Amino acid sequence: MTERDVVRDLTLDGNAVAGLLEEVFGGEMTTADGRCAHCGSTNALGALLAYVRAPGVVLRCPACTEVVARIVQTPRETLVDLRGAAHLAIRR
Amino acid sequence: MRRPLGWQIATVKAIAQETAHVKTVTLALPDWTAHRPGQHYDVRLTAADGYQAQRSYSIASPPERAGEVDLTVERIPDGEVSTYVHDVLAAGDGVEVRGPIGGYFVWEASTGGPLLLVAGGSGVVPLMAMLRHRAAAGAKIPARLLYSSRTLEDVIFRQELDSLASRDGLAIFHTLTRGQPKGWTGYARRIDQPMLAEVSRPLGTAAVAFICGPTALVETAANALVQLGLPQERIRTERFGPTGT
Repeated sequence: MTERDVVRDLTLDGNAVAGLLEEVFGGEMTTADGRCAHCGSTNALGALLAYVRAPGVVLRCPACTEVVARIVQTPRETLVDLRGAAHLAIRR
Repeated sequence: MRRPLGWQIATVKAIAQETAHVKTVTLALPDWTAHRPGQHYDVRLTAADGYQAQRSYSIASPPERAGEVDLTVERIPDGEVSTYVHDVLAAGDGVEVRGPIGGYFVWEASTGGPLLLVAGGSGVVPLMAMLRHRAAAGAKIPARLLYSSRTLEDVIFRQELDSLASRDGLAIFHTLTRGQPKGWTGYARRIDQPMLAEVSRPLGTAAVAFICGPTALVETAANALVQLGLPQERIRTERFGPTGT
């Protein structure tokens, strides 16, 4: 198995972190749309690529693979980095 | 507004062996909420020293069954949570869970169809919740399941799928990628575009598609369906990986 295959096999998607997203944002987020700040494509958060084998969660754009969001939880707080998201459209 | 997502202690009601590597755990939930087929529960284990491990497991049962859910779990050799579920957990045990969770990979009879389901291995679990719900709701929406397994012995829910397939409007297609029994008449290769073209053709391009399995299968199937003319927005995917199953 090549290194690329290993990374590919570890790729999940936003569905896998739906619980964390709901905890952070206070509602169901996998159907919310996120616009990638890098390439401008819009995808449901459930469709973003998710990397969870790290101290935090990294969500990447399925079109250009740039980072859209990073979420790290420490015992005291949750850190959310949304620099890679131009906007989120959350259903009311 | 729905209730906030909180942890609760479920009680293991029963554990059933589905295949050599897959078990179904029936959990009785003190704070049960009807789920939407395709949703999952998060399961959290806490060690004596406070170390926690958490995974999400798809619900296999239909929402019509009140008060409990079936989580069908594949044993991952180095998995922190799935090995515990398989090797340690027993009926009567308490287990910390939260859910139901998710909304993107969800199908209900009210969503309509026709319905095209594509599964690889334990990726069939959330699709099974959809098929059981379809049957329980008496929906006649045309549906087709293409299900890839390594061998016939690895097919999860085999007997129930056979019996569901005899009902109105549901057709099931198996492909066995590693070995086939004598006289096997189904597919015997990995899912590819010609296979998806054959299976999906009667449903037309108005179908809604749900694909669940390992990343490689999900990407192959999703790309093939786009090539076959299915609009991207009607293709929903969920990747199962070594950490997610």
